Amino acid sequence: MKRSLLPRLSPEWAPYVFLSPFVLLFVVFGIFPLVFSFYLAFQSWEPTAGLLAMKFVGLENFAFALQDEWFWKSLKNTVWLATAAGVPQHLVAIPLAFFIHTSYKRSRNSVVGIYFLPYITSTVAIAMMFSTLFSTEYGMINQGLHALGQVPGLGWLAPAQPIDWLNHAENVKPAISLVVFWRYLGFNTVLYLAALQTIPGDIYEAATMDGAGRWQQFWFITLPSLKPMIYFGVMLSVVGGLQLFEEPFILTGGRGGTDQAGMTTAMYMYRTAFEFNDFGTASALSWLLFVFVALLTWLTNQAFKDRHAQK
Amino acid sequence: MLFNAARTAGKILSLTVLLVSTSLAQAQSQILSVTAYPAVDEIIKAAMPQWKKTHPNVEIKLVSRAFEDHHTAMTTALSTSSNLPDVMALEFAYVGRFGAGGGLEDLSQSPYRIKDTQMRFVPFAFRQATLSTGAVVAAPTDIGPGTLLYRTDLLKKAGVSEAELTQSWDSFVASGVKIKATTGAYLMAHARDIKDILIRSNVKPGDGLYFDAAGKVVVDSSRFVRAFELARRVRQQQLDGKISGWSTAWSQGFKNGNIATQMSGAWLAGQMASWIAPTTKGLWRASQLPEKAWGAWGGTFYAIPKAAKNKALAWEFIQFMTLNRDAQLSAFKVQDAFPALLEAHTDPFYDQPIEFLGGQKARLLWREAALKINAIDVNKLDPIADEIVNTELDKVLDQGKDIPKALADAKALLERRARR
Repeated sequence: MKRSLLPRLSPEWAPYVFLSPFVLLFVVFGIFPLVFSFYLAFQSWEPTAGLLAMKFVGLENFAFALQDEWFWKSLKNTVWLATAAGVPQHLVAIPLAFFIHTSYKRSRNSVVGIYFLPYITSTVAIAMMFSTLFSTEYGMINQGLHALGQVPGLGWLAPAQPIDWLNHAENVKPAISLVVFWRYLGFNTVLYLAALQTIPGDIYEAATMDGAGRWQQFWFITLPSLKPMIYFGVMLSVVGGLQLFEEPFILTGGRGGTDQAGMTTAMYMYRTAFEFNDFGTASALSWLLFVFVALLTWLTNQAFKDRHAQK
Repeated sequence: MLFNAARTAGKILSLTVLLVSTSLAQAQSQILSVTAYPAVDEIIKAAMPQWKKTHPNVEIKLVSRAFEDHHTAMTTALSTSSNLPDVMALEFAYVGRFGAGGGLEDLSQSPYRIKDTQMRFVPFAFRQATLSTGAVVAAPTDIGPGTLLYRTDLLKKAGVSEAELTQSWDSFVASGVKIKATTGAYLMAHARDIKDILIRSNVKPGDGLYFDAAGKVVVDSSRFVRAFELARRVRQQQLDGKISGWSTAWSQGFKNGNIATQMSGAWLAGQMASWIAPTTKGLWRASQLPEKAWGAWGGTFYAIPKAAKNKALAWEFIQFMTLNRDAQLSAFKVQDAFPALLEAHTDPFYDQPIEFLGGQKARLLWREAALKINAIDVNKLDPIADEIVNTELDKVLDQGKDIPKALADAKALLERRARR
């Protein structure tokens, strides 16, 4: 009998062997950067001088970051954008999902596909398209507003001057929020649609027999049943919103826009590392952002806790 | 049986010959890795056939990335001393930053001794690659002598002459008022543009843009006060379109005749002709900057990383790209890369009219500017200083912040960074 050249693998090792590709990749691309970033947060480092140029500085990077007015400005921008883009996402997605769920039967998948399309499209392409749409002189948004203003009775909609969306500090954040809202609305709608499909139809039937209208059904049946999914969706929005990077980066030409009005903490972190060559501070910023994300996640968790269940 | 043995022996022999010849070829041919970004990569590709004539056994492995990606990749490569090329192209803004880290070869030392050829380069370009320590960390290949591009049709309609436009910064702004009133066109895309050139004017030899020779922050000096005041005047008189460079609105503004002037490196004329606003051919002219403010916009350099594997060959390649008159002229003709090599400046190509500029012999202007530009010392904190100053300028222009207060705040912020 011919013997195999390879040693025979004991069945008890099999799970470890099969898991090893993932573990290896996770260690290299997941754990190592995390540990290295933590190590780097305590170092002063001129990166182009090589790895040996690192100098231990203790908590100096954290102290500098906490006293850095640009860090606080970027955090304020991030919270503003996360709130302005995140809250409407859910306020619109829930009724929209309910509407699609109840109104479309055969064409539901096509409608959902249309809403989901922005989410799977390249962020860079989206941001570039919106930079053109937001153009002050030639953008379709301003031209659309102008055209609306020509309609009798809608004159109030048209501003006297074209809106400078991306070059005026006050307009930059609403413009970015609009793009983020547009992009993630479909994603949230799909989440809520999935949750809606798990609600038993007979509850609605019973409610209809009891004389409950559509609005009452939505308020007293749909919304409470969606609570776990709302919790999940809000949690994703909190974490994603606080890590916002691509949309503001492209829309503001990578610099945060006028008076850095669109510079998020993730963007500031990137710029500190790759533009200002200060990797130590950038790592400290990333850990401060991590603490902030963790704190807000905990607060969200607390807000959604079922207080009645605790009693 | 015998036949089979002979056939097997033949196979072994041919395999051996193949292996030996392959390994010999491998031993003889060398690979020179070069990294670059768009336009520079095209210049290198165009120079390859000429290079192959003198180096038939050297293959150039060219890796090209987008501008930002290239410099980010080079930062990462230098920081880890891995995946480093033999030659890296660098844009001017990165020379000081990369050089200060000590990861680039000092080309003034043996065996390079670039200072022996220093007189062959445009003086300011060579100075830009020289650190305060005296180390020369890169070789200049192209430069961007500053110029003012203006629309003749708009100036004619407004009754403004070139002399009036360029005599002084005050007359420049006054001309803008006339242009706006008669044609509705903006004098410039963004008020920041006038600040950018004014802070580069009258820099004392040995000083940097934001730091003096002693490393002291100088953002509250008269240079900055005047730059901020003029930018504010431009904004207050609504002479700028608040349009950032390289945006859709910017190129559309040129196409539609909404922007009357643009200060930039000479290379912009070529970019305008090829893709930004080709339909405006013949409507533009070039002049020296107002008040004879000699300045440069960008420039390309070649450097050798300390950890490069083929340093001797890398130096040969750099010499070929920077000291070869034909290679320099070819880059100028094809990619508008204005030569840093003085020998290339005597070519009859400079006397030829430029169609896009209505037949103007503008290269002669740029050649004159190239020799008058003063080098400005680079500092590794320049990018953050640039950000700090621009943010304070935004506050002056949009929120009416007091200029001395804005500059004092900028100084405090920059000093805080510099102390680290």
